[in-house]
Amino acid sequence: MNRQVAGLILLLVLVAFLVWGMYLVHPFGYPDASDMDDYMIENSQEETGSNNVVAAVLFDYRGLDTLGEATILFTAVTGVLLLLRLSKRKENNS
Amino acid sequence: MMEHVPLDFPFIAAALLMGVSLYIIIFKKNLIKLIMGVAMLAAGVNLFLVALGYRAGGGAPIYTGVPKETMVMPVPQALTLTSIVINVAVLALMLTMVIRIYRHTGSLDSEKSRKLKG
Amino acid sequence: MLSKIVRTVANGFIPFIMIFGLYIIAHGHLTPGGGFQGGAVVVSGVVMLLVAFSSQELKKSIRERVLSIMESSGALIFIILAFIGIGTVFFYNLLVGTPIFGNIPDFGPNLGDIWTGGVIPLMNFAVGLKVIAGLTAVVLAVALFSGGEEVEE
Repeated sequence: MNRQVAGLILLLVLVAFLVWGMYLVHPFGYPDASDMDDYMIENSQEETGSNNVVAAVLFDYRGLDTLGEATILFTAVTGVLLLLRLSKRKENNS
Repeated sequence: MMEHVPLDFPFIAAALLMGVSLYIIIFKKNLIKLIMGVAMLAAGVNLFLVALGYRAGGGAPIYTGVPKETMVMPVPQALTLTSIVINVAVLALMLTMVIRIYRHTGSLDSEKSRKLKG
Repeated sequence: MLSKIVRTVANGFIPFIMIFGLYIIAHGHLTPGGGFQGGAVVVSGVVMLLVAFSSQELKKSIRERVLSIMESSGALIFIILAFIGIGTVFFYNLLVGTPIFGNIPDFGPNLGDIWTGGVIPLMNFAVGLKVIAGLTAVVLAVALFSGGEEVEE
């Protein structure tokens, strides 16, 4: 009973913080500080030569984030294949 | 700057998604339900990220046959792609750990797998 | 292993799914898409094969060593492509202007030319290879681990 009351108070505090935080962000559809994105939309065709601005951002302007993400994929695959090994247990001698 | 209309639906929807997932994580005991709560939290965060970069009346930031003249901001979309891939990797690891826990203790209750020994 | 109708339809569909996924990977610098999205489409085709045929049948066709080599070579090609422009900065796009992949499109909306983009299409291929090999290995390992114990007992 005590645990459920504490959990309910914690949940109400967190949801109140979330909803209050949603009103501090800029109004939906009118961002205020967008100089970096305007530069990228203007100059992505001359500097990178691709029509897709999102691909140019992912692989050219911010390529280090993609390198970190590829490393995370590799680590996760290694971890999954390590945990799921079929081992034949011999029950007569340990 | 336009006056602040207090009905920004995508932001409120993202906050509600995160609130429901926090309720699931605090109060539920089944391991599979906990994993579903974490997946829902990831979905709420991705929706919030994409909704941050919207410009009113804009189209997709691609120059091949563009439908509209103004484009939305491309950087939050790139960050969301990275976030989705990272969430897939973390969810895969969590599910394999649940498989091993079920094989070892025989039940999917999170209260029964709290002992550190054995 | 499911019935004969399901196996035949799965065999008939799998080339189209693979070609669609490779199209999304290859046109990553012109249309929405890229390495990660196209890799997910190809892996969903492999999951369809895994459901139609059982995992023991698929284990004979897909060997573990081929998947390991594919994933490692994808990561290595990505890092080598990041290093070839090291004269200026780490991730410099060196192939813009050279005749390999280096046309520059006209400013503003245009129909796309596939020989543009510099280093970006090659990086898309490397990331797509890595995603395909990694997620196929994960799905196959989970299916073999869960289905293997029914065969032993």
